[in-house]
Amino acid sequence: MTTPAVELKGITKRFGAVVAVDSIDLEIADGEFFAMLGPSGCGKTTTLRMVAGLDFPTEGSLKIFGDEVGTLPPNKRPVNTVFQNYALFPHMTVLQNVAFGLKMQGVDKSAAASQAREMIELVQLGGLEDRKSSQMSGGQQQRVALARALVNHPKVLLLDEPLGALDLKLRQEMQGELKRLQRELGISFVFVTHDQEEALTMSDRIAVMHEGQLLQVGSPEEIYEHPVNRFVADFIGQTNLLEGTIEDSATVCLANGVRVKATSSYSTGAKVALSLRPERAHLSMRGDGASDGSSIDGVIERMTYLGNARVYSVRLDWMEVEVREENRPGAALYEPGTEISIHWDPGAVWVVADS
Amino acid sequence: MTAVEMPVEQDVAEATPEFEAAAARHDRRRGFLLALPAYGYLVLFFAIPLIIVVVYSFATRNRFGGTDLSGWNLDSYQKLGEPIVRDILFRSLWLAILTTVICLVISYPFAYFLSTRSPTVRNVMLVFVMIPFWTNFLVRNYAWRVILGNDGTLTKITEAIGLGEQELLFSQTAVVLGLVYGYMPFMILPLYAAIERIDHRLLEASRDLYANGFQSFRHVLLPLSMPGVIAGSILCFVPSLGAYVTPEILGGAKTTLLGSYIVTQFLTARNWPFGAALSFVLMAIMLTATIVYFRKGGRTL
Repeated sequence: MTTPAVELKGITKRFGAVVAVDSIDLEIADGEFFAMLGPSGCGKTTTLRMVAGLDFPTEGSLKIFGDEVGTLPPNKRPVNTVFQNYALFPHMTVLQNVAFGLKMQGVDKSAAASQAREMIELVQLGGLEDRKSSQMSGGQQQRVALARALVNHPKVLLLDEPLGALDLKLRQEMQGELKRLQRELGISFVFVTHDQEEALTMSDRIAVMHEGQLLQVGSPEEIYEHPVNRFVADFIGQTNLLEGTIEDSATVCLANGVRVKATSSYSTGAKVALSLRPERAHLSMRGDGASDGSSIDGVIERMTYLGNARVYSVRLDWMEVEVREENRPGAALYEPGTEISIHWDPGAVWVVADS
Repeated sequence: MTAVEMPVEQDVAEATPEFEAAAARHDRRRGFLLALPAYGYLVLFFAIPLIIVVVYSFATRNRFGGTDLSGWNLDSYQKLGEPIVRDILFRSLWLAILTTVICLVISYPFAYFLSTRSPTVRNVMLVFVMIPFWTNFLVRNYAWRVILGNDGTLTKITEAIGLGEQELLFSQTAVVLGLVYGYMPFMILPLYAAIERIDHRLLEASRDLYANGFQSFRHVLLPLSMPGVIAGSILCFVPSLGAYVTPEILGGAKTTLLGSYIVTQFLTARNWPFGAALSFVLMAIMLTATIVYFRKGGRTL
């Protein structure tokens, strides 16, 4: 196996009594677009800052391309960061901002300027070299921040919520742009985000963090299809979590006593939750669907019209679930109060530990 | 603005220009009335006395120590070139610059340190910075006399650690010591205000971009804190240059400075025109230094 671009082993960060990052093991391959995903305060930014050298781990080993860097200051590490809100130097022009890293490394003035110009060209800001950052839009500042980091040819680029401050349209544009840059440069991008959709669309692999713990690492598909626990299932996309207990390796007994088919490796009697994605469930009038262990009865509570789909809230005996029906011509409409049953394809549900 | 807040039913387009003109007129009048007391005070107690000083500086001292306002001449200004006056001028300038530089070098790291503390710690420390102001300036200078003087605290300490007798009182060193002590808070406060405003992530960004600690200071922190450096330096330099109390108490007879010299002209030598000329020159130096410094910092005065 080749040397990973970034390798964390047992990385822990404590701020006084608070454990921000709790013994994380993580390998990020060279050339990978890697997302660290989690709600705010989950430790993802702290982890990124430790890789950058802006925070130092309390314990553990941190390697970049095989070299231990855990105690090195940021200027001695072959990585660069795109900061949240960009942190552009307000007293410098775009060109000076971008050339800053080269200048600090002792690259001679004219070489630094020409490399910086090239990079400014690459992020499509040609002609704006002499602007101050305060005279630029958010999207342009974002590009300057990218150029300023990339001009140093880092082995790994770290991005801290890079698109958080942009509006939706610009954000989608920049997502494509980041992917393009990453492919062109062939280096690993490690980016921190709390936006699961962004993580799913952009990344090769995602690490889901919660309360300082690394819950799951995998491709977007793995994370979405096979979440390891309740938190991941709920955080990535939308889902209904139906509590129950394991009856045997192929059956889960739900809270109201209904038995449904679901394959899992949890031991008999274990408390679990059945994850049923709204778009994978379907509605039918009660009695229409075959009661084959892949359905459950309920009553329509209300309907939300989304244009391309309708989301029905369905009351079960002990909870409410949501079912999303695509808005196709001829799609059946269900009035509130209608007694229906929800059914799904075998294999559409996924069992997660209920914790 | 008026137009936007008006109810829609009214004919907004027609009403707007009159309303806005009236509002602007009203604003101007109120602004003038609010500033009037300050204007009045400055004209009465600053502008008029200043004009009197300028007028006097061109007058002649008569034989009895009075001032003849007739027969204007430049005698007083010519007198500035005399070696004794020139020495005092340069000595004052040198000590004021020295005081400012020492204040800056000591205060900057402290102001930075302060800006990195938690808000509670900051406030406590800022109170400590300002505590000396609660005691009379004269008393504080006399306290230094006790510390530096014959058989004072300083001598006792140096003797105890085997450095022998150290007498600093009535020397230039004592004056600079006193001035630095007196004006340090004026340096710390604007520096702190400037540094505290700087986004800490800019320093992190510079470290991330291969700057070492010093480069980060040199290329990011210092340029961004320049307004504080300028304000603090002027607040130190100006009173140091014209200082009277500290040099009088700690400097003794050997180190006459501009402030004391001017007082002597007015009270002892009874040469009011020369005193006025000196005062005016002092003010001109301060003004020039301030303008040059502001311009260098990329700011307009």
